[in-house]
Amino acid sequence: MNSSVEYRIERIDRGIKVRSDSIYMLSSYRDLVYLFLPRLLPFAALIVLPIVLEGGYWQKVLFYACIFALLALSWDFMASVGLISLGQALFFGVGAYVSGGLNYYLKMPIFLTIPLATFGGALICTLILVPVLRLRGVYFSMVTLVLPLLLSNLVETLGILGGTYGLLSLSPFPSSLLASYLAVFAVILCLFGFRRLMTEDYGLVLKGIKDDELVVMSAGVNIYWYKTQAIFIASAVGCLAGALLTHYYQFVGRSAFALDYTILPLAGAVLGGPGGFAGAALGTFILVPLSEMLRALGGLRIALYGIILIGALVALPEGIFHYIERKYHQFERRVRI
Amino acid sequence: MNNEVILKVENLTKHFGGVVAVDSVGFELRKGEFIGIIGPNGSGKTTLINLITGFVKPTSGKISYMGKDITGIAPYKIACLGITRSFQMARVFHKLPAYKNLIVPLYSPRVKALGGGKYGERDDMALDLLDEMGFERDSFVPYKLAENLPHGYLKRLDLARCLALRPQLLILDELFSGMTMAEVAATMPIIEKFNRDGLTIIMVEHRLKELFRVAPRIFVMNFGSKIADGTPQEAMKQEEVQKAYLGTEVEG
Amino acid sequence: MEIFFYGITNSITLALMAIGFSLTFGVSGVANFAHGAFYLLGGIITWLLINLGIPFFLSALISIVLVGLLGFGLYWGLMYRLRGLAINEVIVTLAAAIVIIELLRWLGFSGFTYVLPPFVKGSVEIGGVWMDYQRIFLVVIGIALIALLYFFTHWTRIGLSFRAIAQNERTAIALGIDSDWTAALSLAIGSSLSVVAALAILPLGSIDTEIGYEILIYALAVGIVGGLESIPGILLASFILGFAQIIVATFFQAQWLTIITLGAIVLILAIKPSGILGKYKELEDRV
Repeated sequence: MNSSVEYRIERIDRGIKVRSDSIYMLSSYRDLVYLFLPRLLPFAALIVLPIVLEGGYWQKVLFYACIFALLALSWDFMASVGLISLGQALFFGVGAYVSGGLNYYLKMPIFLTIPLATFGGALICTLILVPVLRLRGVYFSMVTLVLPLLLSNLVETLGILGGTYGLLSLSPFPSSLLASYLAVFAVILCLFGFRRLMTEDYGLVLKGIKDDELVVMSAGVNIYWYKTQAIFIASAVGCLAGALLTHYYQFVGRSAFALDYTILPLAGAVLGGPGGFAGAALGTFILVPLSEMLRALGGLRIALYGIILIGALVALPEGIFHYIERKYHQFERRVRI
Repeated sequence: MNNEVILKVENLTKHFGGVVAVDSVGFELRKGEFIGIIGPNGSGKTTLINLITGFVKPTSGKISYMGKDITGIAPYKIACLGITRSFQMARVFHKLPAYKNLIVPLYSPRVKALGGGKYGERDDMALDLLDEMGFERDSFVPYKLAENLPHGYLKRLDLARCLALRPQLLILDELFSGMTMAEVAATMPIIEKFNRDGLTIIMVEHRLKELFRVAPRIFVMNFGSKIADGTPQEAMKQEEVQKAYLGTEVEG
Repeated sequence: MEIFFYGITNSITLALMAIGFSLTFGVSGVANFAHGAFYLLGGIITWLLINLGIPFFLSALISIVLVGLLGFGLYWGLMYRLRGLAINEVIVTLAAAIVIIELLRWLGFSGFTYVLPPFVKGSVEIGGVWMDYQRIFLVVIGIALIALLYFFTHWTRIGLSFRAIAQNERTAIALGIDSDWTAALSLAIGSSLSVVAALAILPLGSIDTEIGYEILIYALAVGIVGGLESIPGILLASFILGFAQIIVATFFQAQWLTIITLGAIVLILAIKPSGILGKYKELEDRV
């Protein structure tokens, strides 16, 4: 009886959660609200925000947040196939340079450059990454860390695509509202699309590849082909982010391959909780406004991302989103031991 | 019974560094056969399986399947040709519900080509197959996460994953290790039924009693080579086999 | 002749940069992405101590020990909690590197005022090429360090347990080797080695925070090209890369240096991921 611990916390799934996870019918409005509110709320918020913030400084922040959310979603998608990228800047930079180059040299209009950059850029990224697809774990991460640096140095040394100075005065978006809505819809599409995709049979195969490659292979599935597809999808999303920001800035330069575009999405995804995509989006929507508020810190912000990344990994490895999700779905009560 | 040769292995050899894991093994397998492979630990049984299923590339030798050379081609291609294997340590997707484990093989090009597994049907097919394996469909067992299932179920899940691919040659790597007697007794008839329906089976097993009851033909392996081939009674009579099992080394 | 001498010094420099990183990776499987940050930090601590009036050798020793302790702390403070999740380990070390480097950058440790004194001043003419004594010293230190490390991992008790862990962690644990202690120790030694490298190399130029990332890239390049756990592999790789860099720098623009290095990493990983002399065959043998 000396033990100081007299209680333990017991966690019980809510009944609705149990039913909705499985094959039962939902019967009441309460059930429906319970299930759909967490999905509708962020959706509605994202739709309304661009109008509410129209013209202001925070609309710009929303735009940045969407860009980084796209990168984080793309990271999370690759992570859910077991490919841990440390180089989202590769996707971002390729997308940015493709759209910038098409606009600058070929004078293509913006509604052509963005889709072309999305899919053409994805094709380029996929071709770059296919030779190293067989690498596992840390080795794959090393390559992805190195690749953006390599491309950035190539651009500088060869003097192509504007070299050190970058490509200036690209076409802007017709209006900032359009830009915001493009970014917002891209985020919504990716977020809900990816979540849906992962519960489909196709997504199960991808999850299987993350879990155990050998089993997937012995089940007759070509894992490299599926990994290639996953990289194409992820890099398309990353390239889209790059293309959007390029036209927003009306500039593309070597900074498109900078470490920022790797570390912030990574920090966001880890903070929010990897796996399930909602965490990645949530994390970046917390981090980006936060870092805007801390703009005065200047170069220290990157260090701050690092600290947040470490803190999130050590203190809350499951991530904010999964923590909230757990609390939402469970009763917790103290039980006497 | 059809007597066409389904698998032909010639002079198969695999070196790992200086160790000869499989030493010029050769055999022929006819359609519908049920053979057992036995041998002491480290005698190269699992390596032989890895070689046939393409997980390890042979140093030399040739494997042909239904008259087609499959030496050294990728494992998923071999699986799509209809050779599938279970793993010694049941390997399943731990984070998926048991029945979702079978979606992966049902999604493979092989099952698609055989006309199964259309959109929305795969869950049903998976549950049917698991029902056959003793995961009762109406209970909660098939819906549990695989990581929460006991060992015997995992082994059967692994077997179900193999069968979902509709194989023509099934290789079982110590399927019964770690199963209870009751589980073995429940699983054996399933395997025998598939064998009667024309499935060729290679079974690597340490449980000799159960194996001898079902397998009319036995290989014995020791130090990477095949030292006996015949009915269980014939095989066990050979002096070399008894030595390998009793461990009596001839001095000299 | 010039190419030959500069090639040798450059190669040994690369080997020095890489050896700490490779040791840590080879033993504990931890890819210490904070390697370059430790290198930078070691240089700056030494500079600070010297400017406080502490004699060179003492301040060098202090910074070696301090950074070693930091590496030790990095293991027990962060990585121990994430052990087993290789990916999180990588992310944590990368994050630590970014925190250290960006903090130092913010504090303004860059530029020509931040110069470490060489061990020995002056230069000498060898075969028509003027070489500073520091470069010769660097070559000597590099060779000595590599020899020492080889001796250490092949003949001493701790060194052997390092290799045991590198080969089979579970068996090593069963034999009574504490894998966490060994990993922490390897990280500490790896970090200290990065400072040794910094002390030998930094006097040749001024300190710039950007080198924190550059050193990491060089260490990665040498490690990957040679095979991350093999000391002969590292030597071979640093000679290949070292001479390649010098030749490129002589005949082309200096900017091609980085491209050569980065390109080598990607190329080797695409063709033979375990490196030229590496033994991690499982990277290749599985189809």
